[in-house]
Amino acid sequence: MLRYIARRLLLTVPLLVGISLVSFLMMHMAPGGPIGAGTDLNPKATAESRARLKAYYGLDQPLHVQYGRWLGRMATLDFGDSFSPDGRPVVEKIKERIPITLTINVLSMGLIFLVAIPVGVYSAVRKGSVFDRISTVAVFTGFAIPTFWLALLMMILFGVKLGWLPISGISSLDYDSLGTLGKLADRGRHLLLPVLLAAFGGLAGMSRYMRSNMLEVIRQDYVATARAKGLPEGTVVFRHAMRNALLPVITILGLSVPDLLGGSVIFETIFAIPGMGQLFYQGVMSRDYPLIMGILTIGAFLTLLGNLLADVGYAVADPRIRQG
Amino acid sequence: MNRPLRRAVFPSLALLLLLAACGGGKQESAGKGTSVPDVPAYGDAIVEGSIGDVSGFLTAVTSDASSHEAAGYVFNGLVRYDKDLKLEGELAESWEISPDGKRITFHLRKGVKWHDGAPFTSDDVMFTYKRMIDPRTPTPYGEDFKQVKRASAPDPRTFIVEYARPFAPALASWGMHVLPKHLLEKYPDISKSPLNKKPVGTGPYRFVEWKTGEKIVFDASPDYFEGKPYIARVITRVIPDQATMFLELKSGGVDTIILTPPQYVRQTETAEFRKSFNKYKYTAAAYTYLGFRLSHPFFKDKRVRQAIAHAADKKALIDGVLLGLGQEAIGPYKPGTWAYNPNVRKYPYDPARAKALLAEAGWKEKDGVLVKDGQPFEFTVLTNAGNEARAKTAAILQQNLAGVGIRMKIRTVEWAAFINEFIDKRKFDAVILGWNITPDPDQFDIWHSSKTGPKELNHVGFSNPEVDRLLDEGRSTFDLEKRKKAYFRIQEILAEEQPYVFLYVPEALPVVHNRFHGIVPAPAGISYNFVKWYVPKALQKHQVQP
Repeated sequence: MLRYIARRLLLTVPLLVGISLVSFLMMHMAPGGPIGAGTDLNPKATAESRARLKAYYGLDQPLHVQYGRWLGRMATLDFGDSFSPDGRPVVEKIKERIPITLTINVLSMGLIFLVAIPVGVYSAVRKGSVFDRISTVAVFTGFAIPTFWLALLMMILFGVKLGWLPISGISSLDYDSLGTLGKLADRGRHLLLPVLLAAFGGLAGMSRYMRSNMLEVIRQDYVATARAKGLPEGTVVFRHAMRNALLPVITILGLSVPDLLGGSVIFETIFAIPGMGQLFYQGVMSRDYPLIMGILTIGAFLTLLGNLLADVGYAVADPRIRQG
Repeated sequence: MNRPLRRAVFPSLALLLLLAACGGGKQESAGKGTSVPDVPAYGDAIVEGSIGDVSGFLTAVTSDASSHEAAGYVFNGLVRYDKDLKLEGELAESWEISPDGKRITFHLRKGVKWHDGAPFTSDDVMFTYKRMIDPRTPTPYGEDFKQVKRASAPDPRTFIVEYARPFAPALASWGMHVLPKHLLEKYPDISKSPLNKKPVGTGPYRFVEWKTGEKIVFDASPDYFEGKPYIARVITRVIPDQATMFLELKSGGVDTIILTPPQYVRQTETAEFRKSFNKYKYTAAAYTYLGFRLSHPFFKDKRVRQAIAHAADKKALIDGVLLGLGQEAIGPYKPGTWAYNPNVRKYPYDPARAKALLAEAGWKEKDGVLVKDGQPFEFTVLTNAGNEARAKTAAILQQNLAGVGIRMKIRTVEWAAFINEFIDKRKFDAVILGWNITPDPDQFDIWHSSKTGPKELNHVGFSNPEVDRLLDEGRSTFDLEKRKKAYFRIQEILAEEQPYVFLYVPEALPVVHNRFHGIVPAPAGISYNFVKWYVPKALQKHQVQP
């Protein structure tokens, strides 16, 4: 098992380099550059000042030199400084944004599992029942409604009309003067809508996935055997069937690891949440190369790690995979 | 909001909407608190909404509107524009220009202190100038300062600059924020200094905190040289979505934003809204145009350009795109300002006249489309993606032109690609774009024939010897009458030649909660006197402990 993991980990190094190279090239092939934001259509920016800015950021060097430098720095885990005028280290910028995105995604994912698994299991066990039909319609409606539209409706209802919840941001203006409990409550009030809505979109996929897995499993011989042995229905469903139906969910969990930190541009923009999605979007729009590369590399690493975790999880759960 | 000088000509409408440099101000609704004694009082906080986050506070190295806006609270320049968009002293009490126009002597204000208590002197101005021309400073704005032949600071209250030849826009360039030498001299690259994140200036507000992507907080400076501002705290909240920002306004989360035309016309015309807010409206310092690549075979002929000007229904554009909140543009200057010439050739909507001009130019109608030498009159207009106003403008123009037998296709391209692949490489037939209008009328970079090279701003390739001469003349004298004469004539030529069809000048539409008093709209907008805004004691909402 350990050898399996070690081998997989070693493989990630060339993969990461490959991904970073492709990202680097694509980024530089895209029109525009980091200095464009300040100099495009700006009468005060002469050719000379442009050349000066290019040299300042090292953009006057050939591409392979630029990439080589970046790779060299990465070897020591130095992500470099952002090209935006604040010039702060990329790592610092990312670190500052991670907690909030992580919180929202962990909470919404928890909520998804909490709701989707029971709904999926119950729909499968009572296939064709009224509950199954209603939940099917409900989750597909949820899936079809554009979340940004729903978000606006909720903001109008709970923020403007009823005045119960804050509309945007992650804390009130008087946040710093609140006590610990007050701070927690304030954060909670701000996160309620974003978390609910983020979970809402993911609910459909997960519950359907759970339902179809469950349906497949309850048709298996061992479930029939369990029933034939006279075991109570609860034991059959929860102990024998559901545990096996949950196995593929491990894959989904593994694949969602990068999402945990990736953030959503749309959500974070609508709710004015200073998270990773927003940071990445701003980075792309201003062609902040070190920031983009930093986030992409972390994203790639997490994707690979997520895959590895899922595979290991599978191997632990199902010995046949380990042996094969 | 305390407007820093507009150095850059920003093109996008989003930035344009953030502009408050405007003219002929007007207050739309007056729902001020009725029974409250209207006496200026210190205290309360104002919460502003901003689409973008700040990227740094040193305006020498930032170029986005949000950063310049925020830095305006903390820093001052030697000069600034007053409510009528005329230059007045800020850190400079007065200045003299030598008779030959080559030397400016600034006399600095007495008793001005940096927020850390250190005195402000001419050494700080000298330091700022030196950093602006230093190759280690990553600034796109160094050019104006490189024109300086010699600078000297003979005593702590005098700063003298000499130019090789008279250069009228030079005076305005000294609106650049002055930096504190004692805090910055140990940083060869000022963008890497802590001051870019935690500024210390001489301005009306002191920096308190900046939570990236969230908010920026400033507190009133008790010893600001123009007197302590009444409003004790300014909080700028970063809200990237326009719809969210509007909902925040309605729910009380922010006190002031810039409205879009639909919000102004349709979503705020309720009694409930009028009860809490005052809407303002004034001419924005920007215009939108249809520009032709003048080397294009179709557009070489002046009559064709004039015909298109006649075919464009500007009234329909203003009604359709701006919901009536704008006015017709006839040239590149803001209506009502001293450089604006109202008496130039105009092109009223007249499809018949357009057709006649096109026929004169040799275009004959065949199956509803104009044809010349076997070629149909068909071209593509290019504009940037994500700008709804420009997309609508294109659609209306397309219909207008179809009416006279011209087929116009529309293509929208992402901003960076639009600039780098099409505008810079001159790969376009025509474009729909906009310019911000700076208070100084010098437009050398946009209209001079020497500015048609790659990445330069005369992207339509306009070349007219008389305009070249007049542009040179206009920028090399401080005599306002002479300048006015030059710029009036330039506008006549542009109106005749129509290298651009000037389309419209939009209105800027700010809205402010009505507990804020002391707002007096002027040609410069509403924020020029921000330090005089106040909230009467009885109406104050926030308790601010300094």
